Amino acid sequence: MKNILAASMFTLSLAASGLAYAESVKIGVITTLSGGGAGLGVDMRDAFALAMKQSGNKDVELVIEDDAQKPEIAVQLAEKMIQSDKVDLLTGIIWSNLAMAVVPNAVAQDIIYLSPNAGPSALAGANCNKNYFNVAYQNDNFHEAMGQYANKDYKKTFILAPNYPAGKDSLTGFKRYYKGELVGEVYTQVGQTDYAAEIAQIRDSGADSVFFFLPGGMGISFMKQYAQSGVNIPVMGPGFSFDQDILPAVGDAALGVKNSSSWSKDLDNEANKQFVEAFKAEYDRLPSVYAAQSWDTANLILSALSKASVKDKDAFRAALKAADFKSVRGEFTFNTNNHPIQNIYVREVIKEGDVLTNKIVGTAFEDHKDAYAEQCKM
Amino acid sequence: MSLALLLEQVLNGLQLGVMLFLMAAGLTLIFGVMGLINLAHGSLYMVGAFACAAVAAATGSFWIGLVASLIAAAAAGAIMEMTVIRRLYDRDHLDQVLATFALILIFSEGTRWLFGSFPLYLDIPPLLQGAVPLPGGGQYQLYRLAIIGVGIAVALGLYLLISRTRLGMRIRAGESDREMIAALGVDIRTLYTVVFALGAALAGLAGAMVGALQSVQVGMGEPALILAFVVIVIGGIGSIKGALFGAILVGLVDTMGRFLLPKALALMMPAAQAGLIGAALASMLIYIVMALILAFRPSGLFAAQS
Repeated sequence: MKNILAASMFTLSLAASGLAYAESVKIGVITTLSGGGAGLGVDMRDAFALAMKQSGNKDVELVIEDDAQKPEIAVQLAEKMIQSDKVDLLTGIIWSNLAMAVVPNAVAQDIIYLSPNAGPSALAGANCNKNYFNVAYQNDNFHEAMGQYANKDYKKTFILAPNYPAGKDSLTGFKRYYKGELVGEVYTQVGQTDYAAEIAQIRDSGADSVFFFLPGGMGISFMKQYAQSGVNIPVMGPGFSFDQDILPAVGDAALGVKNSSSWSKDLDNEANKQFVEAFKAEYDRLPSVYAAQSWDTANLILSALSKASVKDKDAFRAALKAADFKSVRGEFTFNTNNHPIQNIYVREVIKEGDVLTNKIVGTAFEDHKDAYAEQCKM
Repeated sequence: MSLALLLEQVLNGLQLGVMLFLMAAGLTLIFGVMGLINLAHGSLYMVGAFACAAVAAATGSFWIGLVASLIAAAAAGAIMEMTVIRRLYDRDHLDQVLATFALILIFSEGTRWLFGSFPLYLDIPPLLQGAVPLPGGGQYQLYRLAIIGVGIAVALGLYLLISRTRLGMRIRAGESDREMIAALGVDIRTLYTVVFALGAALAGLAGAMVGALQSVQVGMGEPALILAFVVIVIGGIGSIKGALFGAILVGLVDTMGRFLLPKALALMMPAAQAGLIGAALASMLIYIVMALILAFRPSGLFAAQS
């Protein structure tokens, strides 16, 4: 399943390298391209490939493989990419349980891993690593923003997330900033499709608000069932529960819902406008936050490549850490633990013509840092 | 915990149960009559959901979509039977499992190729939207009640079909002695195709009805398939009655476990921890029940004569 685009890029790079010496760089992309979580991985891959294409950099070769959202497959792919493809950099993983299976092992082999999405807490604190750069967020961040936001209007919240590392980080993050009472805290199964039992508990709990983190198809199922259940308690969540990959399938049930994200289509900066235009033109759909983070990851790599050789690990790490690229999220710097310092916004789901999308209605945090950076001794 | 909540959860369990029954009935019928293990049954469920979503989007009517899902799944089932499955009846179960597993991959990638990786939109028809009041002050989603109704109607219809009609008589005869009914002049090949298409249509119906509640996406059939296998193993492979009881048992145990276990554990430990451990235990619960039933009734609750 190697990308044809990558193959042709590689051929082109060979042709070009005959004239002037150019160092070829191999980037391994492990992401989810099949199964229920495929929409997220496809957006990640498409944005990454498009950023590489637009840069005109002919020296980059992509090795793209599908992890099917299974940790054991992701581990095998990483081994194969490191041992036999001899990739210089790894990236692409969407899900935190897969990242936990792959990243510690890869960075221990002195491979630089750049995360375009997953940011488990276990890799942000004491176990941080100089070879691990998270370009997206630390998992808790978006949820912390929603916890902060909820203080304004709500006193009794029911919280819900899947039982996996990012789900636990989610509820931990929410609780870190939320001051009201929790009337229910429920963990669901990863990949669960029916939420009737949980919705019944919400109805019975006397909550004045519901916070849920259910990425991908899980969020679609929950919102559709919630909208029909006759429960009228307002919902909120991180951007993942209401992003562009989910909204068309949820429909009008999502209108007006507040959610938190580091990025939105309408963020006013030049890089973002170019990104949204280019993505729409190439793929004929609106990008999601996964696409935005992946675009930034690609551009971060490109910025570092222009400064240092990927073979000189120390210089290349320093070039990455400088984060000298135009982020679609505006201001972007790395904290001491190689996780972002960035703004987190509150968005609202709106309708533009027939298309459901988000618009920014406020800023929850400016230059937000994660809670684990202090434990990182690097 | 209020009475209304308990009632609502019992209804949720029933609704999950009748959905599983629609899946399991086809699976167990096919196994009972033809001795075939069909892993691709979940793909037929997916075909039903996609057909319903695509047709509903094109025509604007869920009901036309529902009819389309029955037709599409039955047609897919009949084609599957005539091209692949027919060659597998005389092979052992390992060959059947391998071939039908290949069918899962073909159906999944084919659907992705046709519809893309992003979930499709399918909404509940206006007639069945909203919730109805329950005794005790609660409310319940009307659509889920309708699913329970459809499930009961299908169970009744299957019972009448099998016990009262000529086709049913042949199915029963096919279950007990294949060679004999062929010798009596019944066209066994057509009978097999009809039974397979019937099972497929039931799976497609389940997929279309659930599609309006969940996300219509590639791979949606496999989690339902695993539960359906648990159901037919509990109920006794080949028994429709077993499938009905097994499905309702699994539906109730799963729903009640998810709901009550964290609550029970919360009496002993902090709520956050109880939630985590309770959720983990609840996801194991139906398999524990299956293991217990198999320990005491190795061939299931209502074993068909073999």
